[in-house]
Amino acid sequence: MSKKNLSLSTQQKVRKSLSSRYKKETLFQYFGLSSLSVGIIFLVIFFYSVLSQGFSAFTQTYISLKVDFSDNLVVKNNKIDSIDSNFDAIIRSALRERFPEVNNRRDRRELYKLISIGAVYQLIDHLDMSPGDVGSREILSFPTSSDVDMYVKGNIDRKLDESKRTISNNQMMWIDELVEKGEIKMKFNSALFSNGDSREPELAGIYSALKGSFLMLFITLIVSFPVGIAAAIYLEEFAPKNKISDLIEVNINNLAAVPSIVFGLLGLAVFINWFGIPRSSPLVGGLVLSLLTLPVIIISSRAAITAIPPSIKEAALGVGASHMQVVAHHILPLAFPGMLTGAIIGMSRALGESAPLLMIGMVAFIVDIPSVITDPSSALPVQIYLWADSPERAFAERTSAAIIILLGFLLTMNLLAIYLRKKFERKW
Amino acid sequence: MTARDNIEDIETIGNPNVENPFISAKNVNVHYGDNHAIKDVSLQIAKNQVIALIGPSGCGKSTFIRCINRMNDTIDIAKITGKISLDGEDIYSKELDPVILRARVGMVFQKPNPFPKSIYDNVAYGPKIHGLAKDRNELDEIVANSLQKAGLYEEVSDRLDESGLSLSGGQQQRLCIARTIAVNPEVILMDEPCSALDPIATARIENLIDELSEKFSIVIVTHSMQQAARVSQRVAYFHLGRLVEVDDTEKVFTNPSHILTQDYITGRIG
Amino acid sequence: MKLETLFLFLIALSIISYYIAMRRAIMSVDSQQSISKLHSMPTYHGYYAVICSFVPPMIIIFLWLVFEQRVISTLLISNFSNIKVLSQGEINLFLTNVQNTLYSNLFSQDGTRFQSEIQQATIILKSYQSISRIILSVFAIAVSIIGIITVHRKINQNYRARNKFENAVSKLLMTSSLVAIFTTIGIVLSVLFESFRFFNEVSFWDFIFGTEWSPQTALRDDQVGSSGSFGILPLFVGTILITIIAMLVAGPIGLMTAIYLGQYASPRFRNIAKPLLEVLAGIPTVVYGFFAALTLAPFLRTWGESVGLNVASESALAAGMVMGIMIIPLISSLSDDAINAVPIAMSEGALGLGSTESEVIKKVVLPAALPGIVGGFLLAISRAIGETMIVVMAAGLSANLTVNPLEAVTTVTVQIVTLLVGDQEFDSAKTLAAFALGLVLFIVTLGLNVFGLYIVRKYREQYE
Repeated sequence: MSKKNLSLSTQQKVRKSLSSRYKKETLFQYFGLSSLSVGIIFLVIFFYSVLSQGFSAFTQTYISLKVDFSDNLVVKNNKIDSIDSNFDAIIRSALRERFPEVNNRRDRRELYKLISIGAVYQLIDHLDMSPGDVGSREILSFPTSSDVDMYVKGNIDRKLDESKRTISNNQMMWIDELVEKGEIKMKFNSALFSNGDSREPELAGIYSALKGSFLMLFITLIVSFPVGIAAAIYLEEFAPKNKISDLIEVNINNLAAVPSIVFGLLGLAVFINWFGIPRSSPLVGGLVLSLLTLPVIIISSRAAITAIPPSIKEAALGVGASHMQVVAHHILPLAFPGMLTGAIIGMSRALGESAPLLMIGMVAFIVDIPSVITDPSSALPVQIYLWADSPERAFAERTSAAIIILLGFLLTMNLLAIYLRKKFERKW
Repeated sequence: MTARDNIEDIETIGNPNVENPFISAKNVNVHYGDNHAIKDVSLQIAKNQVIALIGPSGCGKSTFIRCINRMNDTIDIAKITGKISLDGEDIYSKELDPVILRARVGMVFQKPNPFPKSIYDNVAYGPKIHGLAKDRNELDEIVANSLQKAGLYEEVSDRLDESGLSLSGGQQQRLCIARTIAVNPEVILMDEPCSALDPIATARIENLIDELSEKFSIVIVTHSMQQAARVSQRVAYFHLGRLVEVDDTEKVFTNPSHILTQDYITGRIG
Repeated sequence: MKLETLFLFLIALSIISYYIAMRRAIMSVDSQQSISKLHSMPTYHGYYAVICSFVPPMIIIFLWLVFEQRVISTLLISNFSNIKVLSQGEINLFLTNVQNTLYSNLFSQDGTRFQSEIQQATIILKSYQSISRIILSVFAIAVSIIGIITVHRKINQNYRARNKFENAVSKLLMTSSLVAIFTTIGIVLSVLFESFRFFNEVSFWDFIFGTEWSPQTALRDDQVGSSGSFGILPLFVGTILITIIAMLVAGPIGLMTAIYLGQYASPRFRNIAKPLLEVLAGIPTVVYGFFAALTLAPFLRTWGESVGLNVASESALAAGMVMGIMIIPLISSLSDDAINAVPIAMSEGALGLGSTESEVIKKVVLPAALPGIVGGFLLAISRAIGETMIVVMAAGLSANLTVNPLEAVTTVTVQIVTLLVGDQEFDSAKTLAAFALGLVLFIVTLGLNVFGLYIVRKYREQYE
């Protein structure tokens, strides 16, 4: 009797507490789900804010103007002399012609500011391409200054007080007129992809930074990939199992976790001050990134080697292959896709790295496009850092655009790695 | 009963020596770290003969044949003492290159392990690295010959460029045998070559061993006493790292001398 | 000879040596005989000849390049008696000027001292460099040819070219694996060396326990506030403050994410959510920094204004929160590993007693996985301390000694960047201070990593 009572009461006890226990269970689950959501919500906000800010930077506002090539040009030896010719004056007169009612000096100066100072170079290029236009009148479209660009894209609040705007009432009036008449067009912003950095947002481009990044990645690849594979092969296949090998192992794992900025200090002290490699050059950047990527490549290459079943190795040894032949004929070819995948992931990390590059002077203002690995250059992430610091609204837009491009490259590289992994995945 | 308990004092009984020994092992000991895997084994093997090594699992028979082509070199902790000679030459001498030794002493493994390459490349691999063929024609000939000897040629002659992994288990193992004989070794070591195969595939391989014994010395490790009885001329029984008894196959299976051999053959030790 | 040309020449030499050695090997056996009589295949004789003709000159070139700069500079300076007597810093400045003139043809700005010496030195430097390259080229090519001849003589039927070649290759492989060691040594030496020079100028104890950080040393000694103070404490507090904020965000979220994905999420949901989290790990830090500085910080500021709080535009909170988000994937994957290492039998035992799933996790799995999780957290902390771009862009520059997350603080990494970015002469206390900070950073993160990795490994072994 008493036993039955006891068991009943246990069940009852459990029953009693059960609802509160289940409540806790549900709460716990919700807590987990909301934690996960934080990361994903951040991702959504982040991509939304970058994409919404950045996409407009891929277009640029242009004004169509009728320019007169009969004046202001000096032709010497059948060529236009770019020093004595006054290209500025050509554009100014075109603007004056378009808005003949503007006639006091102050207003005219404001009028001239509608057009980017880069328009001059466009004019020079145009005349280089079609020298037959000299003496005629042509309708050409010129990039506007960044303030006009921002206004047309709706990023400047017209209700603000004039003194708080970067664009004056007069300018607003002119632009509105041009928009109405269809003389303002949006075109693809090719300057973003073909120019180096500039103080003028509408002339600033990522090309020199992008090229610097690729030169660096090239060096990183040719240095760290072979060295990483060789080190992995040595450690997996040839290294005697002793204290030194253990030390190398621990060292590689720790090196992978050393802050990247410390690698920058190494680059500054060793590559620049000791070896005398030029500052800001892709060469020194590439070497620093190589050292940074090396542990990643070694670790993934070792994993690729251990994944190969030992029976293959035994088979080759059994027919009289030497250990080195086993490695060269069997292990390396079989592990190569895995090694390549690791290298691509390492490269994508190197592409996004910026802190060590600041240490070695790659943060400089670089207008020219680097052509060899010792030219001063910038890198795409560093360009983002520099632009993010600029106060102009137009640079904020371009920063986001540069981020979109950088993320695009990273995404492509990672998708490639995933594709390779899937394609060469082998079930033994 | 004392013979069963005092395993440490066992002296090999039977006939470990032969008249014209091709392989001769003397007082071989193998240590894997603290584990004494082979204890003082002496055994001679004649030319063109099949010798079967039998015994319960973990008795050291696989370890022993891996000494004959120095496959144990790949294991860092393995330590081998004693003397093994091949055709009068000490195989553990400093001058001897294990690569050359392994070309003379081929090996077939427990699980078929073809390279993930074409059938042709699997067989051609050995001749290629040893430079046995002057040109492509000669190589083709070696490959075809080896596949024929391994009894695989008819089945695969029209798909030599398919992957070796596309074959069935039994075919894979015959491919591995073809790969081994393509190098034209003097001895073939077989480490339980049929343990992963079905009975039909096993029967084919056993016939093959019979044919191969005309040209090669064969050392086969097997778990199956029937197989040992069918293919071998001599049998060596290993127990806990010791060579207990070695004699003509018929003698061992009909009239074993040692009590441990008796126990094993009658199924009391498994 | 330019380096590129020298390389091409050496490559050409080694290709030639390959064919010579191979021919010689084939000739060494009677042509009627099969080449299998050779100990090594002819190609191996060729490969070995390539190694002998190519590797030694490459080593020479490498060593030459390592020391060339130093030797030439010393020789160059010894030509100018008035420069020789200057301080090391001034000599370096002089050398930099000479190099700028040589490489970029852009003559340094007006007012530079020793104009004529610089011009003169540029010419001398140019000639030294070309002489150095000529000697190097002759030397390297000579070594290469000696290598070829030596091998060529030895080749015969029994020559163990394959063994020799394989030996050489395995040495090359070993050297590659030592690169990682050399990197560590390079880091330690370069940071230590410059730090020692810094501690010659600034007392070690002032550095560690000083409460004021204002590294702006004056240009001339007679200017006001010339000393500059290098107390690391405010940087430490700032770093720790931001790290704590980051860990408060990332710790619980990362851990709970791992638990949810591992225990509750359906496989389909997990297959979508996990890659998304990995995207979070793949975003470059500079992009996080951009988000923290231009999106989150202004948002926090307006939010603070609306509730009457004064949030600095470069608050520790914004930087810490974004850093926390960045670390979530790291914590989540390390926690996942730790949880997965707990034997299923353990949680089944608890389930068998009638526990709910969350009770199993809270009472059994988490306590069992605790060491692994703690190890993972240590690695994450080390990552947060060493993170640079987010704090450079979103945290402040001024060294406030405060623990208020709404104020601006600065961190060790921010100061390293600030001290080293821009044109600096390499020897001022200011630049050296960056290396001292680097040393501190390296030691702290290394300690955390070693300890964290150790705990994680020990923990895994326990259940293996």
